[in-house]
Amino acid sequence: MPDSTTTNAATLLPLDTYKSDEKPTWCPGCGDFGVLNGLYNAMRAKGLKTKDIVIVSGIGCSSRLPFFVASYGFHGVHGRAMPIATGIKVGNPDLKVLAMGGDGDAFAIGGGHFVHAARRNLDICYVIMDNNIYGLTKGQTSPTSNVGFVTKTTPKGTPDRPINPLQLAIAAGATFVARGFSGKPKELAELIVQGISHNGFAVIDTYSPCPTFNKVNTFKSYRDQVGELPAEHDPSDIAKGLVAAGSDDPLYLGVLYQQQLDSFEDHLKAQKTGTEADAPAVMENLFKLYA
Amino acid sequence: MAQRDDLVIRVAGEAGEGVLSTGQLLTLAAARAGYAVLTDSVPPAEIKGGHSLFQIRIAPHRLRARGDVVDILLAFNQEAFDRNINELRDGGLLVYDSGELTPLDSGGRYEQHALPLTDIAKNELKFELGKNVVAVGALAALFGLSADHIRELLRQRFARKGEDILNKNYAALDAGFGYVGRNIPERGALQVQPGAPTEYRKLVVSGNQAIAMGSLAGGCRVYAGYPITPATDIMEFLAAELPKVGGSVVQAEDEMSAIGMAIGSSYAGKKSMTATSGPGLSLMVELMGLAGMAEIPLVIVDAQRVGPSTGMPTRQEQGDLFLAALGGHGEIQRVVLAPVSVADCFTQAVNAFNLAEQFQMPVLLLTDTILAVRTEGIPAPDLATLEIVDRATYAGSPAATESVANGTSANGASANAAASANGAGVAPGIESGYKRYTFTESGVSPMAIPGTEGGQYVATGLEHNEAGRPRSDGGNHVAMTDKRFHKMEMARRAAPPAHTYGDPEAEIGVLCWGPAFGMVVEAIDILAQRGIKVSALAPRMLWPLPDQQLKPFIESKRIVLVPEMNYSGQFAQLVRARYLSDVRSVTEYSGAAFQVSRLVQEIEGVVQHAR
Repeated sequence: MPDSTTTNAATLLPLDTYKSDEKPTWCPGCGDFGVLNGLYNAMRAKGLKTKDIVIVSGIGCSSRLPFFVASYGFHGVHGRAMPIATGIKVGNPDLKVLAMGGDGDAFAIGGGHFVHAARRNLDICYVIMDNNIYGLTKGQTSPTSNVGFVTKTTPKGTPDRPINPLQLAIAAGATFVARGFSGKPKELAELIVQGISHNGFAVIDTYSPCPTFNKVNTFKSYRDQVGELPAEHDPSDIAKGLVAAGSDDPLYLGVLYQQQLDSFEDHLKAQKTGTEADAPAVMENLFKLYA
Repeated sequence: MAQRDDLVIRVAGEAGEGVLSTGQLLTLAAARAGYAVLTDSVPPAEIKGGHSLFQIRIAPHRLRARGDVVDILLAFNQEAFDRNINELRDGGLLVYDSGELTPLDSGGRYEQHALPLTDIAKNELKFELGKNVVAVGALAALFGLSADHIRELLRQRFARKGEDILNKNYAALDAGFGYVGRNIPERGALQVQPGAPTEYRKLVVSGNQAIAMGSLAGGCRVYAGYPITPATDIMEFLAAELPKVGGSVVQAEDEMSAIGMAIGSSYAGKKSMTATSGPGLSLMVELMGLAGMAEIPLVIVDAQRVGPSTGMPTRQEQGDLFLAALGGHGEIQRVVLAPVSVADCFTQAVNAFNLAEQFQMPVLLLTDTILAVRTEGIPAPDLATLEIVDRATYAGSPAATESVANGTSANGASANAAASANGAGVAPGIESGYKRYTFTESGVSPMAIPGTEGGQYVATGLEHNEAGRPRSDGGNHVAMTDKRFHKMEMARRAAPPAHTYGDPEAEIGVLCWGPAFGMVVEAIDILAQRGIKVSALAPRMLWPLPDQQLKPFIESKRIVLVPEMNYSGQFAQLVRARYLSDVRSVTEYSGAAFQVSRLVQEIEGVVQHAR
């Protein structure tokens, strides 16, 4: 989907504008580098100002990302990126908020919040850097690991079936649901641009392989499994979106589902009947009411 | 018989039967007529059905506690009688709905009168819903409250429902007055005079409502919460009011989310709060640590109830002090405040926001069941003289924008950044630029609000350097820990004035917190009549302990008692640990408040022992 709000090339800021001088803590070959680059390029393409951006994350390898961006950021606690992001948007709906973090953060400890942020249709773009493993704690099974996945905490293979992040997002009420791949940073950047432009909860589950601890889900394995959506795919069709999200051959990249609905922020704004200037009158009325 | 200057009326019955509405109508009318009022209620644990009670104490003078014994009991049904009759004082008056129960004869312990509420409403008035208004009329007649204020309240409440409904309610009121006038002529011993007219405007509000109003006045603009008894009223109140001033209320999916949202909105520049009770506070503790570490202003109200776990959700305890003051992994900087009365709930809510903003840390406001639900008539706060504190913010550095806009690369700009004053002229994202956690004399660093150019930084729960970058070297951690704890020392010195009562020269001191103070004050008045001098102090700030208030008090007393409503004597333990003073703990953990008579006894016992 072309993005009409993308700033034209002549007015784009230098890419360095979006980079901080903090050195990434990731292992060489980590998929998160590609996601970070995709993010820089998306912010630039959107013509965003770093003062108006807040990158929110939880805890995990990928959640370190806000430190590598020259914008505002919030590196919170494990699993609570959605509550923090919600609060930031409630406090100042004009800010552009992106959430960036891992599959454990989003779907295990933060799984409850993910569902509620989706049903609220919170106007943020949430990029999940999905490596199917816990990396920061050095290699344990994650909620997107396949059945039988062998790790140090599951030596005989995990008995748990994986969550399908995209089907979960659609079912929970997300209004923009896409899949990206760190191995295709250009396409990923375009997806992030669309996710930022979307008014509502935009989820981009992004394969971002961990070369250190995950020898199963690798750049190579994903390259072999991913594929483009058929040209006739209609992202406004929820049934088709769910089916496409459930496909494992190929694993579709791109926007699987999108719907235009009022965002959480639209609702909050509509409920406001006054401004700060009304505070003295509101207090005076309360004093009369409770006299 | 002489008139009384103090009367306790208890209304008891099945939840949903109008116990609460009867009590509230009577309370408001009495307050408007000039009586001092103080109420207590026990909501039922069940939603519909189950025992419920409402108690109102009235007097011509200021009241501090609910009253130990009941003078008039109105029982709506048999269970209400069974559960409450033992608390009716000897010589008290039982009135009961004779359509619902026939109590055994009291054997002369108390007087009893049938009050056929159901019968009057159903048969005489043909208006069954009017039963509670008949009850209000009857009770008002018993102690001498005129019908005028009740009629006015009925008009306000029912006028919009039409003349017919209003007139039916007036008739119900008259029927209540009439029945008592005809059937209980000997009411002299129950009559209470209203107080002298007051100069000030009065508000009749609960502790929860006073906290909500104080928060609004203190600048709260975002509230995020998860419903829990007995804190939910605060959320309901603010949900109606905050949108009128451009603010928002969000009902979160759980308490972790609630506090996370409040932290997020505070980071984004709005004064923010959440309110909960013990189980919710337990869930919030990890994120409270985040607010401490990332230095984010935040107000957390904990309306305590009986724990642990789900405990007794509708009963009274002051059991969360350790959790509030000490809870959490690592050492979290936080301030704990406790109001002693409904009026103080307003004041302390303002204090909570001011301290949170001034010191950029979480401030906990500890109330409890009785304070949360208690209604009192209080002087309307003078908003014009209210001191409101806003956080120190970073004004930004427009020069930084220009350097980027002119094409200077972010990385290239770092070379000549070192000399700049907290970020001036340095491009965002450069470590030598704006320092969110810059070391200052007070420990407080100006906070950049997102949207401010040049203030770009990352808030984090990781240990960080002045620029907010994650760093785990020991020297930095020591310096940052010192910075954060220095704010605690500054907060200690900024403690709002303590409540005091009694004879300051007394050798016996009572140190207490929260609504126990009101009970202690009433005990001191009784002891004074018996020639025993006692002095009481209740700090508004419980953590950090305000040395300047507590130390001189403890040192000047021969004996210090610390009454509190928990098993462990939590405040006493904190005081002992800091001042190495052998204060004596007096505890109550039945789920009810202290009886004033119990406090009198304890203090008398100490005096006798000391002689």
